[in-house]
Amino acid sequence: MANADCIVIQGSNMAECHPVGYQWVVEARLRGAKVIHVDPRFTRTTANADKHVPIRAGSDIVLLGALIHSVLEQDLFFDEYVRHYTNAANLISPDYQGPEDLEGLFSGYDPTTHTYDNATWQYELGDDGEPIVDPTLEHPRTVFQILKRHYARYTPEAVETTCGIKPEDFDYLLRSVTENSGRDRTTCFAYAVGWTQHSLGAQFIRTASILQLLLGNMGRPGGGIMALRGHATIQGSTDIPTLFNLLPGYLPMPSAVVHDDFQDYVRGVGSPDTQKGFWSNGNAYTVSLLKAWWGDAATEDNDFAYHYLPRINGAHGTYQSAVRMLEGGVDGFFILGQNPAVGSANGRMQRMAMSHLKWLVVRDFSLIESATWWKDGPEIESGELSPEEIDTEVFFLPAANHTEKAGSFTQTQRLVQWRFKAVDSPGQAQSELDFFHALGVKLRERLKDSDDPRDRPLLDLTWDYPIDEHGEVDVSAVVREINGFHIGGDRDGEAVDGFNELRADGTTASGCWIYAGVYAGGENQAARKKPRDQQDETALDWGWAWPANRRILYNRASADPAGVPWSERKRHVWWDADAGRWTGRDVPDFPADRAPDSTSESAYGGTGSLRGDDPFVMQADGKGWLFAPTGMIDGPLPTHFEPQESTVRNPLYSQQNNPTRVTMPREDNLSAPGAGLPGSEVYPYVFTTYRLTEHHTAGGMSRWLPYLSELQPEMFCEVSPELAEEVGLEPYGWATIVSPRAAIETRVLVTKRMKPLTIAGRTIHQIGLPYHWGAGGDGAVVQGDSANDLLGITMDPNVFIQASKSVAGAIVPGRRPRGPERQDLVDKFRAEAGLTEESGNQHATVPVEAIVASVGAGKLAEPLAADDLAVAYGPHGPDCSCDTPMVDGADFRRAEQKAYTTVTTTDDRTGRVDILPGAEAVAEGPAGQSEDGPAGETTSGGTEEAAGTEGSDDGSSDPSKAGHVRDGAGDGTRDEAPEDAGNDSRNDEREDDR
Amino acid sequence: MARFSPLEWPVFRQFRSGDTTGRGPSVTSAKTRATKPRTVTSDAVVKSVCPYCAVGCGQNVFVRDNKVVQIEGDPDSPISRGRLCPKGAASEQLVNSSTRITEVLYRAPRAKDWQTLDLETATDMIADRFLEARRKHWQDTDEFGSPLRRTMGIASLGGATIDNEENYLIKKLFTAAGAIQIENQARI
Repeated sequence: MANADCIVIQGSNMAECHPVGYQWVVEARLRGAKVIHVDPRFTRTTANADKHVPIRAGSDIVLLGALIHSVLEQDLFFDEYVRHYTNAANLISPDYQGPEDLEGLFSGYDPTTHTYDNATWQYELGDDGEPIVDPTLEHPRTVFQILKRHYARYTPEAVETTCGIKPEDFDYLLRSVTENSGRDRTTCFAYAVGWTQHSLGAQFIRTASILQLLLGNMGRPGGGIMALRGHATIQGSTDIPTLFNLLPGYLPMPSAVVHDDFQDYVRGVGSPDTQKGFWSNGNAYTVSLLKAWWGDAATEDNDFAYHYLPRINGAHGTYQSAVRMLEGGVDGFFILGQNPAVGSANGRMQRMAMSHLKWLVVRDFSLIESATWWKDGPEIESGELSPEEIDTEVFFLPAANHTEKAGSFTQTQRLVQWRFKAVDSPGQAQSELDFFHALGVKLRERLKDSDDPRDRPLLDLTWDYPIDEHGEVDVSAVVREINGFHIGGDRDGEAVDGFNELRADGTTASGCWIYAGVYAGGENQAARKKPRDQQDETALDWGWAWPANRRILYNRASADPAGVPWSERKRHVWWDADAGRWTGRDVPDFPADRAPDSTSESAYGGTGSLRGDDPFVMQADGKGWLFAPTGMIDGPLPTHFEPQESTVRNPLYSQQNNPTRVTMPREDNLSAPGAGLPGSEVYPYVFTTYRLTEHHTAGGMSRWLPYLSELQPEMFCEVSPELAEEVGLEPYGWATIVSPRAAIETRVLVTKRMKPLTIAGRTIHQIGLPYHWGAGGDGAVVQGDSANDLLGITMDPNVFIQASKSVAGAIVPGRRPRGPERQDLVDKFRAEAGLTEESGNQHATVPVEAIVASVGAGKLAEPLAADDLAVAYGPHGPDCSCDTPMVDGADFRRAEQKAYTTVTTTDDRTGRVDILPGAEAVAEGPAGQSEDGPAGETTSGGTEEAAGTEGSDDGSSDPSKAGHVRDGAGDGTRDEAPEDAGNDSRNDEREDDR
Repeated sequence: MARFSPLEWPVFRQFRSGDTTGRGPSVTSAKTRATKPRTVTSDAVVKSVCPYCAVGCGQNVFVRDNKVVQIEGDPDSPISRGRLCPKGAASEQLVNSSTRITEVLYRAPRAKDWQTLDLETATDMIADRFLEARRKHWQDTDEFGSPLRRTMGIASLGGATIDNEENYLIKKLFTAAGAIQIENQARI
């Protein structure tokens, strides 16, 4: 970042949340860079920036989209970069339609499942099977022209109306980023959870990616998009994932149906048929992982024990698991250095979920709220729960801290850094490594005489880690296994030096292919600590960055198509013609000897087909994707939709919210009705949550420490003087904040740092809430109400991250009621707003014709006619100024003209509605009149699952869902015809069965 | 107490030491002069990494008699250049705070309070419960015969604050056991 000429920090308060990292922004400023902070609040980041651009939370795509629009209209893009390094010239299928055609939908929408079929988003192929390109970029179906049309309505005026940003501020931003991009200069974007915690968070980042590709800022020093992550190894725990949908190295967890067969799985990961990026070696990465886990039991004859892997079918994320707990479907729960009672959205639902467990294991340093909710949580205070009625067994296991064990963290730029052990852990405190190793030993011991096939994977597991003289697992053995080693041959037992050495024939093992090289030469590369003053700025000898110790990804793009640096000032990696190799200040991210002018006949065919100007080596076609044919659940181009509980009508489209967002319509997760609908005025303000410098997330590592607690002792809210006056809030007094989920109390901080925004002629007040405090928890130095109790659970469909950054609520002066009256207050607001489970959970809100056109384009053999739909129009209320009828719960007919009724939601991941053949089509009640009767999807998330029909959902029916969190990876394999076909037949079969 | 000497009169001290503002050596007490920073009296310095956010600041952990006595920024680190934020600077309390619990606690069903337990017994109890939950909620196939080979009876949350090597063992063990509901802060 220090090398940037302009830094745009948006969706992050970097100076307060990543203070020491912010020194590099300051450094860049000292070197002359311009720093712009786009944020709802004025923070210490803003104080250290050249410009503050206040924005309404959740409207970022409009701002970034308008930058894209202006860059395209004013010819400000980096022409040579765009033509060579992106997919701008590719033609898209003639069947593709976008939001400008369909009122906000893309082609292929299924209003019954709220998902897209991406068949019409694909590249158009010629007779030779190769993608058609138009190097002039003039064909109307080129990505370039589609992009122009898509963002045509993202004008500076739209920015003013939607984001509340003044035209002169927009102009400043536009000039800053464009004047600081090109051959000589680079602009960097930095974001944090201000971008991710939205119902379309992944698309926020995609919008910035498009802009940065157009400006030629990817793969170059001082460019890129920096994800500022919030935990010591949150990057590492995604790479080596404790996540339900991934195996190490971003390999997908196998999905039932789609990946029943090993070959299908491997093809899905990536193969030369569909790829020329490095995912085409997916078979080698997969087999090496299986060899690392099951050793000699993984043989070619048994598909390397692939069938030992359990399968997912839908979402099994933390919120879905909480629902399953509430339904009695989960007996045991491990909490490892996390505090969901305070840190997860809808805290009450989390705590109630835990009260349904048979047993709970909490491993932490102190008695956090997630360990003590059964004796001192808010539901004990309110009388909803009492210890005498809670059957849950709770184990609190003290954890060793970072000084008491050796191991590695992966920081936010993929740098793996080793910590050495300083002291022994006190008392019975133990590391996770030792605990889980011991647990594994005990499980295997108990099963050792079992002949049940389901126990083979545990019994055949490679689990013989050496124990050191203190009785602890030798962690270097684990690092070596993660790195990988050779099996048999000359190098038997030797560590592999990089992922290029991995093979699909069982002669290598590697626990996480992207970390191959961290133990190169049999040495722990992450433990390298060569002081910074003994090496250059890239500091390649400090720690080890995956992959291959490379510090900037896709850095081949730092040179022009001929391999020459774009400018002397921005030299990073270049082609050394004499040596016939790529070289430079970093490890080149390209086949080392592939000349810049090397060509290839085929767009695919494995890494051998990468042309000399294909810098994006993880993408299926080696290009940066302005338009994403696959990989995004909610559309190939980012499109603005309003947050779930927005008080503003979407000014850009009839479609109000992300039509594919994942909702959880439940009584304990009610939503505000949404803009223009009756009851929305009950929750008129926008809340946005954030962190402070002095506390850490849910407080487990800060509220128990006296120093930090003294620095930030009390929960508070930030409000503008205007709002304080409107509501009657006293500075430093108390306020009670009520959302459809909960009521909390906070101290009041009245500050000009919060600015009311004018949106479409209305004043919108935003309220800032830090979320570090929690009630209960033994020994916490400070306590307070938890902001996360206010949040509902609505999720981004790509990554299932909840929307926390724009939430509706009310604020009143004074402290909240105590005891049962607290819930009474919440209920009073709910009743006044007329909330039901359906409130705010409508998906498609466009005119019927648009739905019909979208569905027809994507899925059905014959397009539907509007007459086929029994339409439900939602009333918008007397104050609604829009003239668009809302559609929801529409009875739906398929091409076969069978009648279907919408019944229970069976897929807890997507909120997908299962479609069952019905005796007759049922016209649903109007969506907005839900208080009069059920409309559309009324049944709660997992009721059917509780009845024991797990595995019946069809999340697997869309292969594009598998492994979707693979950031920036080539995803070209997810739309394979064989999978689709197999899958469709499966759906048909099920319908017949029923 | 030391015998009084006129030379120890503060004005003389100030002149003698060139401490023109009177805020330096001329006003230190004997106790202050005898006080040495814990960084000097420690018997080992161990290279570490801050456990809070993802910037990954380098830490020097100062140890004396198998106790952490001080944690400071590591000037060698090209990332942090020796700096720490308030959290990183307070991380010595993360080690030594009196609010830290170092024994295993157990809460029985319907109990109103904790009782202590030894680690071995607790681990045995958890292993037994793990296998029971695994068995009880096991799914061999979905209703159409596609293999699932999994249990829905066990879930886990956490990973962003523990080590890569630990996450690796957790994912490996849970996956082999068929437990798929593993999540961490990366999804929040």
